[in-house]
Amino acid sequence: MSLLEVVDVDVLYGNVRAIQGVSLCVEAGQIVTLIGANGAGKSTTLNAISGVLPISRGAIRFKGQLISGLASHGIVRLGISQVPEGRRIFGKLTVSENISLGSFVRNDWHEIQQDRERVLELFPRLRERLRQTAGTLSGGEQQMLAMARALVARPALILLDEPSMGLAPMLVEQVFEIIKEINRQGVTILLVEQNAFAALEIADQAYVLASGAISLTGSGAELLRHEQVISAYLGEG
Amino acid sequence: MLHMWEMPEPRQLAERNNTIPVILQAMARPMLAGLACGLAGLYAAFVGILVLMHGRVIIVDVLTLGQCVLLLLGLAAGAKSRTATATRAILPDLARGAVAGSVYGAALACGLALFQIAFLRTVLVSLSPELRRMLSFGLESGPAMVTLVVAGGALGVAGSLWSRLGGEQRRATLTAATAVIVAGTLQQLLQTVLQRFSFTKAIGDLLFSWAGLKWQGALLVGAVAAVVGSLWPIAKREFGARQPTLHALLSDNRSAFQLALLLLGLSVLPALAGPYIGQVLLMVALYTLMGMGLNIEVGLAGLLDLGFVAFFAVGAYATALLTADSSVALSAYTSIPALSFWLAVPIAVALSVIVGVLFGLPVLGVRGDYLAVATLGLGEIVRVIVLSDFAAPILNGAQGILQVPRPFVGSVELSSPVSLFYLTLVCSMFAAFVAWRLQASRLGRAWMALRDDEEVAQALGVNLVKAKLLAYGLGAAFAGLAGAIFATMLTSVYPNSFNLLLSINVLALIVIGGIGSIEGVIVGAILLVGLPELLREFGEYRFLFYGAALIAIMIMRPRGLWSTSRPSGAMPGGLR
Repeated sequence: MSLLEVVDVDVLYGNVRAIQGVSLCVEAGQIVTLIGANGAGKSTTLNAISGVLPISRGAIRFKGQLISGLASHGIVRLGISQVPEGRRIFGKLTVSENISLGSFVRNDWHEIQQDRERVLELFPRLRERLRQTAGTLSGGEQQMLAMARALVARPALILLDEPSMGLAPMLVEQVFEIIKEINRQGVTILLVEQNAFAALEIADQAYVLASGAISLTGSGAELLRHEQVISAYLGEG
Repeated sequence: MLHMWEMPEPRQLAERNNTIPVILQAMARPMLAGLACGLAGLYAAFVGILVLMHGRVIIVDVLTLGQCVLLLLGLAAGAKSRTATATRAILPDLARGAVAGSVYGAALACGLALFQIAFLRTVLVSLSPELRRMLSFGLESGPAMVTLVVAGGALGVAGSLWSRLGGEQRRATLTAATAVIVAGTLQQLLQTVLQRFSFTKAIGDLLFSWAGLKWQGALLVGAVAAVVGSLWPIAKREFGARQPTLHALLSDNRSAFQLALLLLGLSVLPALAGPYIGQVLLMVALYTLMGMGLNIEVGLAGLLDLGFVAFFAVGAYATALLTADSSVALSAYTSIPALSFWLAVPIAVALSVIVGVLFGLPVLGVRGDYLAVATLGLGEIVRVIVLSDFAAPILNGAQGILQVPRPFVGSVELSSPVSLFYLTLVCSMFAAFVAWRLQASRLGRAWMALRDDEEVAQALGVNLVKAKLLAYGLGAAFAGLAGAIFATMLTSVYPNSFNLLLSINVLALIVIGGIGSIEGVIVGAILLVGLPELLREFGEYRFLFYGAALIAIMIMRPRGLWSTSRPSGAMPGGLR
């Protein structure tokens, strides 16, 4: 049984069909990536999984349990955290408060403290800035904070939406290193990226989304060599 | 805009080689400064506020508040006559001051000239004989106008001299002047306080005669203020050197100590100052209590609520219906006995909470500006229902409910404003404590997350419905408590007491104090509720002050007077 199964899902924005018949599988322990052009429906798919958007057809199962239809706070409780596109950290709250909000649904205080420590070890820069308001952090630090916030919920699955967006190339590399590290620690990752090359490099499994539907699928290594992918997303390569 | 008129560079001057335009250019800034102050003075005169202020004596037989304003404007013209880039040589400075002051005086003289045109009085009702007497020093028009220009020039020179002083001297003189003006303006308040006790009576008699400060008193007040003002930083430094640990303790917990001092002052003052001040402070405490409630909604949860008055009304009406000794009270036609205030309050608060939650339900999905409009409508609905024929059999429509009893403690009736003030103070302190504990709590964090980014808060597991309804409910609880006290304070309730203006006042006071700041609520209430009461003799003009003060504060302290340390403006991090 896969950790996450998305089966034939449609999402409507009013009358506009944003995604259509999308199916994908995420096995526990994998890094799975969803690549595609702007407006292909990548974020929509993630928002449907996390319950922020309602689906109009199909089913989403997590650990075998049907989660489509649950409120988003219920889905967080089951172990799916989302790092939204554009970070969306709480700019007026402190770094510390932002991290605390990540563990909002948990009430095992001692273990929260442990997880908090572990996350701060992963992102030492954040430890130096715990009392600072999050809006004053740099773009890279904000991305770290958004990931830290998702991690303290102790999720089984993290939905990462465009983590490299607007970051300098060196930072992008660092972010992908961290994603691999998080995965090594046992968290399954569903990664949405425009930076297809970097995403495919670390992905076990990849899906290509085009105009709201899955057009290609395969392992990351396979897709990196795939002609269609190279011409559409990777340039001359 | 003024920088266009700044002194030209010396090189440019040499190029022009024509003295008259050069002098004109050099004097452009002083003339503008004089003109600006002159227009301000004329505006005050024509609006009528100057004459009104002329009636308030600051120093007996020497100075009135109106004259103070004119003097200060003249000094300001002189002080502002120098641009930042101009040379600091004394003679040009004095010349600039003289020009600025003379222009100021000339502007006032023009105002005086308007009195010659007889029919203007019908248009500008404020051109009264008193104003003429005030501006002309009792002289004929011609000599008076000359005097104004000359006196203005002298003031301008004095102003420019003042601006040449060092920072500490300037601060000391400013402190002294402020102290004298404040002591003179608030002389009634100070006198009542001082006259109440034999040991302070001597001080009062020394400083004040019945109408205002004596000139000796003014000198004394000014001198003391200047000395204290200039010694304060030195004393602080000395204290820091001698008692480093205590000093560190004090500066680390600075806001806590300031708050404690503020509360101490608030709790002691009415006992010293008597019923009038007690009444003023009662209103301040009542608004503080409501501010604490609205601050939870607006400050913490970011729910802009303009219908807040509805909860206040529910609390007031519930208390009145449950306790009143009249034919419209519940006890008159049901088997419910007339309750005491203390029993009615929990019921009133509970009802307010229920109304708060019901109020929140329809607007759960409404955000920002739209929420403000929607709540505005909901608030009006409550007022209209109270006024309606439909509810008249229970709520008695526009006649309201009379004979609401006062609360009793044992056999003592809390009837005086001062005793009601203490009741309200305890309630608002309790509200402040609850708000303070909530801020650091899980719920408080959820509210703040909601305020910053509703969608992400939801994605992190914040239950939107629960959090929002809790904010409305808690805000309503405090408002309901305030309403209960309001009903017993007036011993009656009328629908007209619960209009939109009340919601807006409460919102204004938390904005002025600093949104989301607990101390700010208290400061805002003192400023927006207390001060207008003390300035009551200025009649309608106090709303002019009120408006001007609101604008000035929002320009100078956009985050409020006592803002939280958090930045509240748009932050670069909010990528949306």
